Amino acid sequence: MRGMFFGLQPVCRKEFTHIVRDPTTLFFALLIPLIQLFMFGYAIDTNVRQVPTVVFDESKTQESRNLIQSFAASDVFLVVTYVQSAPQMYDTMRAGKARVAIRIPYDYARNLQLGRTASVLVLVDGSDSSVAGTTMDAANGVALEQSLARIPGLLAPAIEVRPSVLYNPATRSANFFVPGLIAILLQVMIILLIALSLVRERERGTLEQLKMTPIQPLGLMVGKMIPYGCLAFGELCLILTIMRWVFQVPIHGSVILLLLMSLPFLLTVLGLGLFISTRAHTQAEAFQLAMGTVLPSVFLSGYIFLISTMPVFFRGVSRLIPATYYIQVLRGIILRGSNFSDLWVNALVLTLMGTAAILLAARQFVKQGAG
Amino acid sequence: MSAAGSTVITAEHITIKFGEFTAVDDVSFHLNKGELFGFLGPNGSGKTTIIRALCGLIPLSGGNASILGMDVRQHAAEIKQHVGYMAQKFGLYEDLTVEENLNFYAAAYGLSAAAARTRITELLALTGLEPYFKRRVTQLSGGWKQRLALACAIVHSPEIVFLDEPTAGIDPVARRSLWDLFFQLAGQGVTFFVTTHYMDEAERCGRLGYIYMSKLIALGTIRDLQQLPDANPAGTSRLEIDAPNAATLLGAMRQAPGVREATIFGRDLHALVETDRIGSLQTLYPQCKMRVVEASLEDIFVTLTLHIMSVQAAEQQAAANGRRA
Repeated sequence: MRGMFFGLQPVCRKEFTHIVRDPTTLFFALLIPLIQLFMFGYAIDTNVRQVPTVVFDESKTQESRNLIQSFAASDVFLVVTYVQSAPQMYDTMRAGKARVAIRIPYDYARNLQLGRTASVLVLVDGSDSSVAGTTMDAANGVALEQSLARIPGLLAPAIEVRPSVLYNPATRSANFFVPGLIAILLQVMIILLIALSLVRERERGTLEQLKMTPIQPLGLMVGKMIPYGCLAFGELCLILTIMRWVFQVPIHGSVILLLLMSLPFLLTVLGLGLFISTRAHTQAEAFQLAMGTVLPSVFLSGYIFLISTMPVFFRGVSRLIPATYYIQVLRGIILRGSNFSDLWVNALVLTLMGTAAILLAARQFVKQGAG
Repeated sequence: MSAAGSTVITAEHITIKFGEFTAVDDVSFHLNKGELFGFLGPNGSGKTTIIRALCGLIPLSGGNASILGMDVRQHAAEIKQHVGYMAQKFGLYEDLTVEENLNFYAAAYGLSAAAARTRITELLALTGLEPYFKRRVTQLSGGWKQRLALACAIVHSPEIVFLDEPTAGIDPVARRSLWDLFFQLAGQGVTFFVTTHYMDEAERCGRLGYIYMSKLIALGTIRDLQQLPDANPAGTSRLEIDAPNAATLLGAMRQAPGVREATIFGRDLHALVETDRIGSLQTLYPQCKMRVVEASLEDIFVTLTLHIMSVQAAEQQAAANGRRA
């Protein structure tokens, strides 16, 4: 009897030949993730700054001008226009020319002078939740600062909070987003390449021929995984280089550990691609299935939204997504300098998932051979 | 093993079901070493399914089959070493060269590098592919692709080769030279199981099987088939009618008394006619030269198919009547 991996070597060699025989496909397979890395790496900035603001100043006093000054002085607000009536103010907001409106009532200065509480209306456009949150915090901050300044004889506030951000001190978005983006880009690239490669064989009838040979399902699968795994590993090195030297994201942990801990993830997505290819009959179907994995990996993996704030059900779903574990590895090693003992569970889960995917794909493949 | 140990394929009452659908229904046949066996039948009648089952890719739902004495249920992996398979949709990698395709299949069958070199040299000489050795498959014509597909299918020197519509869509010259290759290999003791739609190809086969609606309805040499009672209903004869304008005559001829079937063959009409009506038919069409001929393969298969269809229609009618009553 032949081994369960029989046929690995010829399949592997053949697959490498396919790859080098078609340099255009290879070029785009490698280039498109890099283009996306540049696009998203530069485009995504979660720090809310310079929010366009409209001001309706009914008070028109020294005090009201002071207040507007201190709003403008914070980096959050950018006063873009002044209006003279409430309807104008609402019009500006609705038209989207301003995301924040500040209305200072006519009695603002008088109330302050009489020692009464002076109120200021701040309207925030809630259609973007992160902008709304940040601007409301910033507006309260401005009011607090102005209030404290009016307490006579107060030289220093009684309590001062001194926040200090660990691991990403400048809170640069690139540092947060680019490591996560690596997982998404690698996943899309690998799943597509390997799923299309197997489905192409089905479409062209070569798979039927392969089933007539003594090549074993696992030999075929692993033989296909090795070349595409190598390709993905090369792409990972390219992306890390660009991340480090173009986006200036420092890698705090061990680069070797990062590369090694990436292998379980590559295994998982290669297995996932193979599994998809056993379910798809045409390349178009394979493409759609592969794309179907993208959005959950973006939104439920903790790449953009915190897992801990998700409903329980979706927290469960996020645990089934390979990218969840790999993004933790990437952020851990790159931003926090984590070591193996912090992350070994992630590597273990990914390895188990990958092995399961490959075995499932092989089993599915055998079943199809027999039906 | 029967027939002096020369039987290489045995199928005994094999039945293959996909869920409710019976793809192959109680089919039995056997093939001898070095035989060229033609398997005919309409699309979807179960030809490919039988091949896949004999190669161990589909489980049998009933009956027994063995290849070289090995039961297909138990020795599927071992059987693959002794069987070659070539489909109409050739299993070639178009972006690879002739050399790379041959090397791949040689390695896929576990040939050592040295054995592969020797065998590939042999195959190149056999198929005449040497000049194209370094060429990519995309650049080959259909005929050469099929020669390469055959070379890949027999790279491991199998004793049995299944050819599933091997010549569909290639030109007559390439078709003939491919058949010459089959005969050459059959002469060396390789057994061929060929499915085809071409009657001229079927006539080259030593023995034939005709499968219709999952059932094997005829099996034997051409002479055997010509003698089948169902192919030559009692009291009928086949006439070759040399008519001045066969095409215009066809409609009238089909309506003529005593004519069971009629079709056009080149400039002639072929008709199945009740023997005692030949005289009256001749007087009806004095301008036509009529002579009694032997049934051609196509005649036989058409008659058999029509016969089965009428039998089935009668059975269904009976069943429907039974339900009503």
